[in-house]
Amino acid sequence: MTESGVDVSIERKDESRPEEGGRRDPNTCPSCRSHYRDDELRAALRVCPHCGHHFPMPARERIDSLADPDTFEEESADLRSADPLDFFDLRPYRERLAEAELETGLGEAIVIGSALLDGHPCELSVMDFAFMGGSMGSAVGEKFVRACESAAERSVPLISVTASGGARMQEGILSLMQLPKTVCAVEDMHDAGGALFSVMAHPTTAGVLASFASLGDVIVAEPGALLAFTGRRVVQQTTREKLPDDFGLAESNLRFGHIDGIVHRPELRPFLARLLRLFSHER
Amino acid sequence: MSADDQLLRLRERLSKLRSLSLLGGATLSNDLKRLQKQIEQLEAAPTLTGEEIWQSVELARHEARPYTLDYVERMIEDWIELHGDRSRADDPAFITGVGRFNGRTVALVGHQKGRDIKERKYRNFGMAHPEGYRKAMRTMQLAERHRFPVLALIDTPGAWPGVAAEQHGQGGTLARSHALMARLTVPIVSCIIGEGGSGGASAIALADRVLMQEHAIYTVISPEGCAAILWRDAGQAQKAAAAFKPDAAHCLELGVIDAIVPEPLGGAQNDYDEAAQLLADSIEHELAEIEDEPGSALRRQRRAKFRAMGLYA
Repeated sequence: MTESGVDVSIERKDESRPEEGGRRDPNTCPSCRSHYRDDELRAALRVCPHCGHHFPMPARERIDSLADPDTFEEESADLRSADPLDFFDLRPYRERLAEAELETGLGEAIVIGSALLDGHPCELSVMDFAFMGGSMGSAVGEKFVRACESAAERSVPLISVTASGGARMQEGILSLMQLPKTVCAVEDMHDAGGALFSVMAHPTTAGVLASFASLGDVIVAEPGALLAFTGRRVVQQTTREKLPDDFGLAESNLRFGHIDGIVHRPELRPFLARLLRLFSHER
Repeated sequence: MSADDQLLRLRERLSKLRSLSLLGGATLSNDLKRLQKQIEQLEAAPTLTGEEIWQSVELARHEARPYTLDYVERMIEDWIELHGDRSRADDPAFITGVGRFNGRTVALVGHQKGRDIKERKYRNFGMAHPEGYRKAMRTMQLAERHRFPVLALIDTPGAWPGVAAEQHGQGGTLARSHALMARLTVPIVSCIIGEGGSGGASAIALADRVLMQEHAIYTVISPEGCAAILWRDAGQAQKAAAAFKPDAAHCLELGVIDAIVPEPLGGAQNDYDEAAQLLADSIEHELAEIEDEPGSALRRQRRAKFRAMGLYA
């Protein structure tokens, strides 16, 4: 029964596709098996040219794909996680952080900053699943809050792209407190008249789904993205229920009324440009 | 970070607030008083060993521990339970209602566990579906309309992780429950009375004052879940609990809760009446401090409190 308490856990990115055994090459398409060179995939916005599968997209590439050239100005780039609990499981938390930074070239699982999108000023907050499963600790929460404050100060909408396994266990209860913290920031921004556009990429789960990601004025998801409070494996273990094939996927969430739409990655920039225009009160 | 470092940090915050006292007026002196109280409680609270932390986990889950309705029975007069989320169902894992607490009408929401096997199943072990959270939100909105203070009692291993719960929007519902509490202008006092399990707990704990009983736990993930993921062995739960320290003293140190509610000797399960009296006294103390504040100030301070949570470099 206690197992069911697992609801803000980090889910591995392959868990929604249990038929995938072992480690596969990150540039091989999991749905059609086509293989690509990294530059090919990058040029295709990491969408499989053959079958349309959406690969995970690094935060920097996402920003490049959305912001007008040379308009992104990063904020709070130096903010790093602390280790409030001196956490040590099989390895020290600090070591995991250092390794994630080396692997991704990012200081944390989120990048924030101001930008123009099709000429419209906005604030961007983009998560990267490659940094410790996109998990939300104190630093991620703080950076998202600062993005809200920066957006409100400049009276521009905030575009949030999420990809996260949930709260970061290694920071214990402080990571759970990032749920109320980020929610309070969204509410402050809403009170200041600001808009939040939430783009849920694969996967947007647990603590991030249960906080700011679900509070968008408009919420869209990428095709095939897992959007679930609890991952497939934990649901199965806890409830022994038979899971539908599309459990927790964006398509199922659309059918049940939890998101406004599904937007293919090449359409995302023009879609957001239209939203920015509509919400800018321009005549 | 050790307890001593934490104490140092609280002291630093305290001295910073003192030097700012010309700017802020009443709110700031209130903050000062609270911090001073926290420092006193912290100095009195012992740092628990791994073994003692596990004892807290076991007491928080003790099958004889008083649940929400046991406290309602002892603390609330003229209790009327309110049922249903007005759109789909009535979730028995949640109790909501109105009644009198020390002479004033309050709205109360709380998770409910079951006592015997049949009731445990009926209450779904205190793990609510989105319908339960929607029922709580509806009751909180009623409180906002009629200016009743909100009391929230938290006791859940987590929000229910089932297929129907997902289909009915568990994640989004928890997000909106947090958001509603960030928006209320009535006083809110919450208390963790057993298990404070992750998002299903924090969704009704976004309060002006968050209390925690001496042997309650507040966790981002169950010790078993954490062990299964990080140690790849759920059997290492005790190790995981010692590493992420879910006990009340530690939550107070980190500024996550505002005060610890004492329990009868050996734990709340030993004397329901005394446990309820101690809980009522603490809630009354906190409520009396905030209930005359204007709603807008209350909400501003509530958000500012959560805005400050977290440690980063």
